[in-house]
Amino acid sequence: MKYIEEFQDPALARGLLDQIHATVTRPWALMEVCGGQTHSIIRHGIDQLLPDQIELIHGPGCPVCVTPLEVIDKALEIASRPGVIFCSFGDMLRVPGTGRDLFQVRSEGGDVRVVYSPLDALRIAQENPQSEVVFFGIGFETTAPPNAMTVHQAKRLGIRNFSLLVSHVRVPPAIEAIMGSPDCRVDAFLAAGHVCSVMGTEEYPELTDRFRVPIVVTGFEPLDILEGVRRAVTQLERGEHTVDNAYARAVRPEGNPAAKAMLADIFEVTDRSWRGIGVIPRSGWRLAERYREFDAEHRFSVEGITTLEPAECRSGEVLQGLLKPHECEAFGTTCTPRNPLGATMVSSEGACAAYYLYRRLGGTPAPVEASPVG
Amino acid sequence: MADITGLPRTGAPAGPVPAQTSEPVRPPAGAAASRPAAAPADTAAPAPDFSGWTCPAPLRDLPRIVMGHGGGGALSAELVEHIFAPAFGGRTLSALGDSAHLELGGARLAFSTDSFVVRPLFFPGGSIGDLAVNGTVNDLAMSGARAAYLSCGFILEEGVSVATVARVAHALGDAARTAGVEVATGDTKVVETGHGDGIYINTAGIGLIPDGVDIRPERAVPGDVVIVSGPIGQHGVAILSVREGLEFGVEIQSDCAALGGLVRTMLDVTKDVHVLRDPTRGGMAAALNEIAKAASVGVVLQENRLPVPPEVANACAILGLDPMYVANEGKLVAFVPREDADAVLAAMRAHPLGSGAAIVGECVADHPGMVVARTALGGTRVVDLPLGEQLPRIC
Repeated sequence: MKYIEEFQDPALARGLLDQIHATVTRPWALMEVCGGQTHSIIRHGIDQLLPDQIELIHGPGCPVCVTPLEVIDKALEIASRPGVIFCSFGDMLRVPGTGRDLFQVRSEGGDVRVVYSPLDALRIAQENPQSEVVFFGIGFETTAPPNAMTVHQAKRLGIRNFSLLVSHVRVPPAIEAIMGSPDCRVDAFLAAGHVCSVMGTEEYPELTDRFRVPIVVTGFEPLDILEGVRRAVTQLERGEHTVDNAYARAVRPEGNPAAKAMLADIFEVTDRSWRGIGVIPRSGWRLAERYREFDAEHRFSVEGITTLEPAECRSGEVLQGLLKPHECEAFGTTCTPRNPLGATMVSSEGACAAYYLYRRLGGTPAPVEASPVG
Repeated sequence: MADITGLPRTGAPAGPVPAQTSEPVRPPAGAAASRPAAAPADTAAPAPDFSGWTCPAPLRDLPRIVMGHGGGGALSAELVEHIFAPAFGGRTLSALGDSAHLELGGARLAFSTDSFVVRPLFFPGGSIGDLAVNGTVNDLAMSGARAAYLSCGFILEEGVSVATVARVAHALGDAARTAGVEVATGDTKVVETGHGDGIYINTAGIGLIPDGVDIRPERAVPGDVVIVSGPIGQHGVAILSVREGLEFGVEIQSDCAALGGLVRTMLDVTKDVHVLRDPTRGGMAAALNEIAKAASVGVVLQENRLPVPPEVANACAILGLDPMYVANEGKLVAFVPREDADAVLAAMRAHPLGSGAAIVGECVADHPGMVVARTALGGTRVVDLPLGEQLPRIC
């Protein structure tokens, strides 16, 4: 793999930061859409290097976070059944449903396996013809094509013991919902580069025009993110609002036609519930009617499972930048990284967890910048 | 004296880092005012409700053992603190070090045990037999002790081939001879098919702690220099690559090795090595967090000084893992007094198992109990204790 170091080059980053500092004259709130970008921002400490006027709001682009509780509960129900091999990406195993998670299903005897590619689940199905193999197909437009490929291949190869539990979500309707929220204070979006590498950029001009908001297609390495911020701030300072592709090495305007054709064949657009947010119209994909035999919800008759979750946590407001994490009554008291109430306190990507950690740092007599290391 | 850490000093920051205060999240008041008014949404659907956003919180109140309890992170620590330590009640155990420090008949002994359940049994760079010796020898070495004797318990699964058992036994014997330790006693049990993973091994070891040596996590003090003995992350990535059939273009070898000789080399320079730790499960992050917590000190790492081999960096980038959390089996982290750091580093680099040694950070009085990394870009991040297993991220 090449160019990892090149896109983390400190001198080039410094140059971009200098340009951003020189450009910004007013406060701006930028939302990075994708959880991968949030991860990179926290991982490299990018938010601390930006001018004080620039606020990064971590968007709802973590597929693990937004998968609704009832889908998790369906997964837990299916994974618990005898004769089922339930395959998933690793980070879904720790996501709690009602009362338990997939790790616990495994500790109770369920056959839950972590795979690195959806096609591995298909191979497991071929190797275990006596078992029902289910793959947990979640995620945005990025993970949808390989998941669609499993159904395409299962049909082509006549693999009848494979099915897909689908809860795919789409980015543009989420942006639309965020901008449509009356309290919205997002000034510009850093669109998720890998989503755009599949879908292209053709869905965005309508949004930039309608909401008068710049959308900059942005990558994931530190220099990518800084370049995305630089271009977004440049547009905002000039009063512009266009779609700008700052990730041209991976994103073409038309996207990936083969992947899009696969999506159009296997899936159909549907309203989708986002965990904690509610239903966003046309924001998801489900299996198309003609592939219904591969739909795990149908095969295991779990369509009837519906769950409501308690609203104890205000991370929805935090995610929109309406509430600072420490302004939540639960912050640091009943809600800590050890005992989190919501997703934003769970991982290092979460705004609350990041804030909790850095406040602990900053609250000590000397902030870390004054430490002997530098 | 030269700046032995080579790291930027107080008052001379590495770059024009903007002052960071205790308010890292800083939504400016009235930011929304500068945004052009949004056009009304043309959909008739009810507006999504962001106020009830409650998503994945890992469940901590676990009625059954989950894999994370064996991950060397927070879940493992809770199991020991809340179940084992209170049940056993011994004073020695409460120190919870890599090995126990005992006084017996006037001798100062280090005593440790470890169980090995690795799958597959053979992997690039080693086998479960090598691990069974080196893991326990290294636990003893982390208190400065030279391992003398090992016990060895084999738990065999019905049906495993005798040739496989012999191969593992030979690997174990070879590793013991290399480490200069004698397997003095052992035990064998067989469990029914399906109740084991071929071969499990438990080893325990004892060794003498040299006079004048007192190495334990509590001795870390501000000013100590943090040294790592070589490239990190190789063992965990090697295991992952064979277990999951992942190929990264080049074969990554486990770093599995016995560190007793390297430790003796370091102690020849100074007996006043404060802390040693082998960053196995949970990697550097877990080891440093445990030290920071035990000694109530802060640890600051300079991230770009961490020796991460390109193949490990690539594999981690693909899998969404952080090399700092990946297991090592032939590396150590040392906290040494600043005045000895140059000499200790030079001695380590002259040893075959320390040729890639590097100073990666230091111990500070600020943020006690926390490990902080200065990123290459000049930002900072907290390197937290892993909860359980590190999971590959979806995106």
